[in-house]
Formats: sequence, structure tokens, C-alpha cells
Amino acid sequence: MKAIVNVSLKAGVLDSQGKAVHHALDSLNFSGVNDVRVGKQIILKLDTDNKEAAMADVTKMCEELLANTVIEDYEIELV
Amino acid sequence: MKVTILQFPGTNCEYDTQHAFKELGADTEIVWHKAQTIPEDTNLLVVAGGFSYGDYLRSGAIAKFSPVMKAVTAYANNGGKVLGICNGFQVLTEAGLLPGALKRNDGLHFISKHHHLKVINNDNIFLEKLSNNAIVNIPIAHHDGNYFIDADGLKELEKNNQILLKYTDADGAIQNPNGSVSSIAGICNKQKNVFGLMPHPERAMELILGSDDGVNMLKGFLNT
Repeated sequence: MKAIVNVSLKAGVLDSQGKAVHHALDSLNFSGVNDVRVGKQIILKLDTDNKEAAMADVTKMCEELLANTVIEDYEIELV
Repeated sequence: MKVTILQFPGTNCEYDTQHAFKELGADTEIVWHKAQTIPEDTNLLVVAGGFSYGDYLRSGAIAKFSPVMKAVTAYANNGGKVLGICNGFQVLTEAGLLPGALKRNDGLHFISKHHHLKVINNDNIFLEKLSNNAIVNIPIAHHDGNYFIDADGLKELEKNNQILLKYTDADGAIQNPNGSVSSIAGICNKQKNVFGLMPHPERAMELILGSDDGVNMLKGFLNT
């Protein structure tokens, strides 16, 4: 089973990279973009097929290392 | 007076830091991150600047799991004096020894230049040799120096006199190079034994290098 972890800055935390990308899109005349957030994706190959156990494990990994929960949110997708 | 300086893979300010404290008359020892313990006679533990683990994932995120960090946490919780400079500040926030986090600079550029700082609270061992509102000129060199803390956290810092330094111009007016909340350049914990700052006092030790304002900062620790 694979876990796809998406980490991005929390909603209230200014995302300077997202802002710069938004600005670049504007200057390329891509109108209609309301907001841009830049994050990172971490893909983990797991040796289990037990979704519940995997979710518990990966959540712990996010809390301890993969995300800094002071400034970042994370989402976990199991596939 | 014994200063112990931590060295992770990617640390690059340990020798400058050692030189600075030696010049002030301290005994120094550089300790590799694999160590399980720190020297028992340590009076000050410095987490030096650099790019521990290449800043992979986040600055300081991987260094916090190095073997020596357990000893560092125990030392700090026991009242030991800890100073994190630049990447060391990032490591201490990641390790939970200091509140908040360091984000990418708002301008997205690496900034390397001298910057003026204003002393906000000198009721701590680090800045006791300087007066409140004193202006110092200290080099900054960072990509992730944009200090973030939420509104409640900021109130706590203010209430407990935990804000050490703010970025200003030469006259003491706020001038924020990287987007830090409230222009914060350095903080300490509530107990005032763990200190972190992005600027590099160890690089401002003699006038020939542009400033010797770092001397009176680092000297504060020599009384311990």
C-alpha cells in the first residue's frame, strides 16, 4: 500500500511561494486564479495492507516529522 | 567556563563559534551529533549555524532526531543554558525547546548582510551586558528566517519578556528583512535558559570584520 502525504502551510499562515507563483501566473495572463498555495508531497511505500494501521502509523509520522504542525497542515491518502 | 558546540552533518559555523568563545576566554569543545551525552562540565551548549542535513524536509527537522538531541533536551529541561544561532534556532524550534517556527523568507531570497537589531528585553543572561533599546549591527545569513508564531503565542512572548531582538534600521525603527512576525530576530523560552536567534553574533567579534557588537552578546554567557 502507498501513502500519499500532502503538506502545506496552514490557512492563516502567509504562503510567500504561493503568492509568487500566483503573481507569475497573473503576468502570464492566466486570469481567474483566486489563490495559489504551494506545498509538498511525500510518497511512502508501506509494507502493510491494513488501512487502519497504516493511517495510524502515517499520522504519527506526520505529527513527529513530516509536518511541522505549528505552521503546516497535512492530508493523508492511502492507495 | 566551558562551551560545548554541537556539530551535525551540514553544520558550518561550529569553528567560527568556537573561535569567538575562545577569544572571550572560554574552554570549548565541539561535539558530534552521534554523541549520547554532552560533557558534564558544560556551562553553555551552542547549537551552531549551518545547514544540518542539508535543510532536507524543513530546516532543523531531521537534526532534532539526532542522538545528541535527547541529551540537549534533558540539559535544557534541567536549567542548562542553550543558545541556538541561525540553523541552531531552527533546530531548537523544531525540537520544541523554543516556541514558533521559522518559515521561508517572505522575499524568497537567501539574505546575507549586516542588519541592525534592537535589544527588546535584556533581563536575561544573553543580553544583560546591553541596555534595552540598544542597537547592534550583526550579520544575518538565512533563507528560512521568517519567524512565525500565532497571535496567542506572540502575546505570551510579549507578556513574559521573551522577545530578545527585533530587526530595525540604524535608528531603531522597525525594518523587517524577512517577514518575521513583529520583526522578531530572536527569542528565549519562558524560563530564560534557552535562546535562539537568526543573526550571527559569532561573526561580529572584531571591527576588521565590520562589527564587534557580538562580543557584548556572547560575553553575557561567560558569567555562568
